[in-house]
Amino acid sequence: MNFRIPILKLRDTLIVSIQWELDDQTALQFQEDLLTKLHETSARGVVIDLTSIDFIDSFIAKVLGDVISMSSLMGARVVITGIQPAVAITLIELGIRLEDVMTALDLENGLDKLQLELEA
Amino acid sequence: MSDQSSVEILTEWDIVAARQLGRNVAKELGFGTVDQARITTAISELARNIYLYAGKGRIEIQQLTENGMKGILIIAADSGPGIPDIRKVMEDGFTTSGGLGAGLPGVKRLMDDFKIETILGEGTDIRATKWLR
Ligand SMILES: Nc1ncnc2c1ncn2[C@@H]1O[C@H](COP(=O)(O)OP(=O)(O)OP(=O)(O)O)[C@@H](O)[C@H]1O
Ligand SMILES: [Mg+2]
Repeated sequence: MNFRIPILKLRDTLIVSIQWELDDQTALQFQEDLLTKLHETSARGVVIDLTSIDFIDSFIAKVLGDVISMSSLMGARVVITGIQPAVAITLIELGIRLEDVMTALDLENGLDKLQLELEA
Repeated sequence: MSDQSSVEILTEWDIVAARQLGRNVAKELGFGTVDQARITTAISELARNIYLYAGKGRIEIQQLTENGMKGILIIAADSGPGIPDIRKVMEDGFTTSGGLGAGLPGVKRLMDDFKIETILGEGTDIRATKWLR
């Protein structure tokens, strides 16, 4: 039942599109895989697209938050894209504020934002 | 009147099964996407708490019809250690497991009605309701 989330590389950016409901193991495996890939490729940016995700609980929120802090320790910036309205609402009601996190409406905007950030 | 179904929580996969059951029932009852996300998230929090702190337990989903109103009731029941200080666990950020401590206070905000009954050494019973508007 365990599968891994594919991580694509485009120039100096890693692109991840989470297409299925995340179970705990897959989320933790993703954390590890992304950091390993960052290390292997020396990518400087990561875009994580959540367009297909229709809810985020505190566990997934923690994993995402940790991934962002860990990536930043490794010198890479992360942009989260495609957060659905229902997900934004439930995250705030849960009391989770991803305040220092770069976000964008969709993958394209996310890549643009990351490019600007990396050039700056 | 109520109509019920349930999932035994023993492994992490049962957390996934419980929230899928809840989402299906919520959809069937006519809840919109935001309420579906609230209900799914609440079930996920309660099921994970059972898995983490009690080891095993049960999530029960009931469809409610009361005075012409329709709703969904989530019952999370376990025979685990119980909760020593309910007021503390309802504070944002309180955790004994290195989590965010967002689960229980979050579920209370996501749902319309929220009740905890817990006895140390005997277990915990949490009931959360969402009404269809
Ligand atoms: N069913 C339960 N039985 C015993 N103790 C529980 C139970 N549910 C919650 N607790 C206790 O209440 C605390 C707060 O729970 P809550 O879900 O709010 O946060 P958390 O699980 O620690 O972190 P998060 O849910 O944000 O990942 C837990 O750390 C745990 O000590
Ligand atoms: Mg919890």
